[in-house]
Amino acid sequence: MTGLPIQYGMGLAALLFIAGLTGLVVRRNTLFILMSLEIMLNAAGLAFIVAGAHWQAADGNAMFILIIALAGAEASIGLGLLLQLHKRFRTIDIDAASEMHG
Amino acid sequence: MSLLVLTLIFPLAGAIALSLFPRMADNAARTIGAASVGLAAVVTALVMVFWGANGGYPFVQTLWQWIAVGDFHVNFGLYLDGLSITMMGVITGVGFLIHLFAAWYMVHDLEGSPGMARFFAYMNLFIVAMLLLVLGDNLLLLYLGWEGVGLCSYLLIGYYYQTPANAWAAFKAFIITRIGDVFLAIGLFLLYTVFGTLNIQTLLHQAPQVWAQGDAMANVAALLILLGACGKSAQLPLQTWLADAMAGPTPVSALIHAATMVTAGVYLIARMHGIFEIAPAIQELVGVIGGVTLLIAGLAATAQTDIKRVIAYSTMSQIGYMFLALGVGAWQAAIFHLMIHAFFKSLLFLTAGSVIIACHHEQNIFKMGGLRKTLKLDYWLMIIGGSALSALPLVTAGFYSKDAILWDAVANGHGVLWLFGLIGAFITSIYTFRMIFIVFHGEEKTHAHAGHGIPHHVPLIILAVLSTFVGAMIHQPLDGVLPSGAVEGHFWIELVFEVISSVVALVGLGMAAALFLGKRQLIAQATQDGPGRNTWLFFNSALGFDWLYDKVFVQPFLFVARGHRRDWIETIVNVVPGLASAGNSGLSAVQSGRLRWYAMVMFAGAAVLLAVLMFG
Amino acid sequence: METTFFIAGIVALAATLRTITCANPVHALLYLITSLLAVAIDFYALGAAFAATLEVVVYAGAVMVLFVFVVMMLNLNQETVTRERHWLRPKLWVGPSVFAAILLIAMVWSMTVGGAIGGIEGTPLSANAVGMALFGPYVLVVELAAFLLLAALVVAIHIGRDERNEARWKAEHGERETTQAGEQQ
Repeated sequence: MTGLPIQYGMGLAALLFIAGLTGLVVRRNTLFILMSLEIMLNAAGLAFIVAGAHWQAADGNAMFILIIALAGAEASIGLGLLLQLHKRFRTIDIDAASEMHG
Repeated sequence: MSLLVLTLIFPLAGAIALSLFPRMADNAARTIGAASVGLAAVVTALVMVFWGANGGYPFVQTLWQWIAVGDFHVNFGLYLDGLSITMMGVITGVGFLIHLFAAWYMVHDLEGSPGMARFFAYMNLFIVAMLLLVLGDNLLLLYLGWEGVGLCSYLLIGYYYQTPANAWAAFKAFIITRIGDVFLAIGLFLLYTVFGTLNIQTLLHQAPQVWAQGDAMANVAALLILLGACGKSAQLPLQTWLADAMAGPTPVSALIHAATMVTAGVYLIARMHGIFEIAPAIQELVGVIGGVTLLIAGLAATAQTDIKRVIAYSTMSQIGYMFLALGVGAWQAAIFHLMIHAFFKSLLFLTAGSVIIACHHEQNIFKMGGLRKTLKLDYWLMIIGGSALSALPLVTAGFYSKDAILWDAVANGHGVLWLFGLIGAFITSIYTFRMIFIVFHGEEKTHAHAGHGIPHHVPLIILAVLSTFVGAMIHQPLDGVLPSGAVEGHFWIELVFEVISSVVALVGLGMAAALFLGKRQLIAQATQDGPGRNTWLFFNSALGFDWLYDKVFVQPFLFVARGHRRDWIETIVNVVPGLASAGNSGLSAVQSGRLRWYAMVMFAGAAVLLAVLMFG
Repeated sequence: METTFFIAGIVALAATLRTITCANPVHALLYLITSLLAVAIDFYALGAAFAATLEVVVYAGAVMVLFVFVVMMLNLNQETVTRERHWLRPKLWVGPSVFAAILLIAMVWSMTVGGAIGGIEGTPLSANAVGMALFGPYVLVVELAAFLLLAALVVAIHIGRDERNEARWKAEHGERETTQAGEQQ
C-alpha cells in the first residue's frame, strides 16, 4: 500500500476530537460549548471520510451526510436552548442552569 | 383463722387509700396511717390469743394459687408458727408504736410542707411487705416481701428527695442490698433445682434426706442465703449502706433500719436453720461474720458525731450479735435478742428523733450538750434504752438476751466468738454512754423545746417499759420451731460468766463516764492531731470500708466503663452505615446539576476505560 | 495530495485550538469556520469531493450562519470578552488536559500499535457513487436523517417560542376566538 498512511488522517481526527472535548469541558459559555460540539462532530465526520477513503468505499460519505444532518439538528436545538437560557437567566453561563443537582 | 389475712389487709388498705388521695389533709393521713397499723396490731393480738388457745400448732392458710407454670406451683400461702407469730408481734406491735410516734414526729419534721400521705403510704406498704416476708409459706412469697421491704426502704431513705445526698444514700442502700438479693435469688433457684419446690417446710423436711451432713451443694445453698441475709441485715461485707440510710426520717430509721427490716436476715437464717445445720462450715461463717461485724460497727460507733449514725452503727453491731447467736446454734437466743433489740433500739431511735426535733433538726451531738435539764423525759428514756443496749445487769432486757447469746456461745464451745462478743459489749457501753453524756451532760449549747402530746409520750414510755426486764419476761413460743441451742450449764459456772459480762458492761460505762462526763480533755487532746487523729478518722469512716469498696469495685468499674464509653464494637458496626452514608454524600455530590461536570466525568471515564483497554 | 493534506490539517488544528481558547465569540466563530474550511480541503485531498462540498455548503455555510445569527441576538460586547477571560483561568485547563492527553495517547496507541496499518490512495470518489450508496443500501439512513431533521425542526420551534409574545397575542385575539366559538355553538 502506498500513499498517505491512514494513521495521519485518523490522528488528525483524534486531535480535533480531543481539542473539541477539552473545549467542551473547559468553557463555561454555552456558545463555546456548542462550538466545541460542532468541532467534535466534525472530527467524527473526518474519521468516517478517512476510513471511507482508505477502503475506497462510498459508505464513509453516506455516514458523513448523516453526521451533517445530525450536526444541523443539534445546532438548531442547542442554539434554541441557548436563547432560552439567555432569556430566563440573563446569562449564557452553563453553570447557571444547575437546578437539577442532587 | 381468717383473721390472719386481716393483718395484711388493714395496712394494705391504708397504703392504697393514702396513695389514691395524696392531697388529703395531714391529720387524716396521720390517722389513717397509724390506725391501719394499729388495727393490724389488734388483729395480731387476737391471732396470738386464738392460736395459743388452739394449742399453738403450725397453721397454713392458702389464699390462692399464685403461679402455676408446668410443674412449678407457688401458692399465696401464709404459714403461722411460733417464729412467724413472734415476728408478727414485733412488726405490728413495735410498728404501731413507731407509726404513732411518727404521727407526732412528721408534723414537726415536715413543718407544713406536703408529703404526709406519701410518708404513711410508704410506711404502711412496708408493714405489708414485712408481714408477707415473715408469713410467706414459700421462699418466693418470702422473696416478694423481701423485695417489697427493700423498695420501701429505698423510698423512705430518699423521702426528702430534694436533697441530692438523700437520693444518693437511697441509691446506695438499694444497690448494696440488691447485691445480696441477687445471691438470695440464685440460692432460691438452686433450692428449686434440687428439691423441685420452694415451700419452706417441705424444704426443711427434705433437706436432711437429700443432703448428707456437710454436702457441698448444701454449703453453696447456705452460703447464698447467708449473702442475701448479709445484704439485708447490713453485715460484713455488705454493711456500708446502713449508716447512710439514716438520711431518712427518724421513725423510718426506727422501724426499718433498727426494728424490722434489717433483722429480716436473722429471720431468714433462722427460718432456714435446717439448711444451715447440714452445712456447719457456713453456720460457723455466720458466727464469724457476726462477730467481726459487731466489732467493726462498735469501733465505728465510738467516733461518730451524728446521733443517728451512732445508733445506726450500734444496730449493725447488735445484729452482729444475732448472727453470732445463729452461728453458734443459739437459734432461740437470736430471735429473743431480735425482739428485745427491736424494743430498745426503736426506743433509742425515737428518743433521738424527739431530741432532734427538740433541738430544731440538729443531729450533731457536739452541738447539743446539757439537755438533761430541758429534756428530762428524753434523758431518762435514753438512759433506759442505752442501758438495755449496753446490757447493764438485772434491770434491763438487753442483759438477758445478750447474756443468753454469750453463754450459748461459750457453752457450745465457741470461745473466740464469746471473746468477740465480750469485747463488743465493752465497746457498746463506751459508745452508748459517750453519746448520752455528750448529748445530755456538759454545758448547754442549744435551747431545746421538749416534745409533748400523747403520740409523743405513749410510744416512748411503752417501749421504755419493754426495754427493761419486763420485756425479757415475754415468752416466745419457739419450741418445736427452732432448736433451743441453749445448753444447761452448772448454775455457778453460768453465774460466773454472767458476772464477767456484767462487769465488762459496767467497766465500759465507767470508762465512758471518766472520758466524757467531765471536761473531755483527754479525748480532745488525744484526737487533736497525729496518730490519735488518724485513728479517730479511721473509726469515723467505719474502718474505711467505703474507701476500700470505692477502690476495689467502683473505680475499676468506672475505668472499664470509661474505656467503653466510645464503644469500639459499635465503631466496627458503624462501618456499614458509614459506607452507605459516604456513598450517599459522594453520589449526591456527583449529581451537581452542572453540565460541564457531567461532561468532565464522561470524559474522564472514557479516558480511563480506553486507557485500560489499551494498556491494561 | 499529502502536502495538501498536511497543510490543511495543520491549519485545521491551529484554527480549532484558537476556537476553544479565544475569548471573543465572534473571533472564535471565524476560527471555527476556518477550521471547517480546512477540513473541507482535507476531504478534497482524500478524494471525497462531494463530502468537501457538503462541508463547505452545509457546515461552514448554513450551520455557522445560525451561530452568527445567535451571536447577533445575544448582543455581545467587550464586557462579554472580559468575563470570558475571567472564566478561562489557567488552573481550569489542568484536569481536562491531563485526561485529554490520556485519551489521545490511548487513541494514537490503538491506531499505531494495536490497529492495522494501511495507506490512502486518494482516489477521487464521484458524487454518483455516493448517491448510489445513499439511495441504495443506505436509503433507510436517509429516511432516519429526514425524521431527525423534522424532529429537530419541531423542537427548535417549540424551544424558540416567545411565551410572553404568545400571551400578549392570546390576550388580544384568543378572547374573541373563544367568544366566536361560543356564538357558533
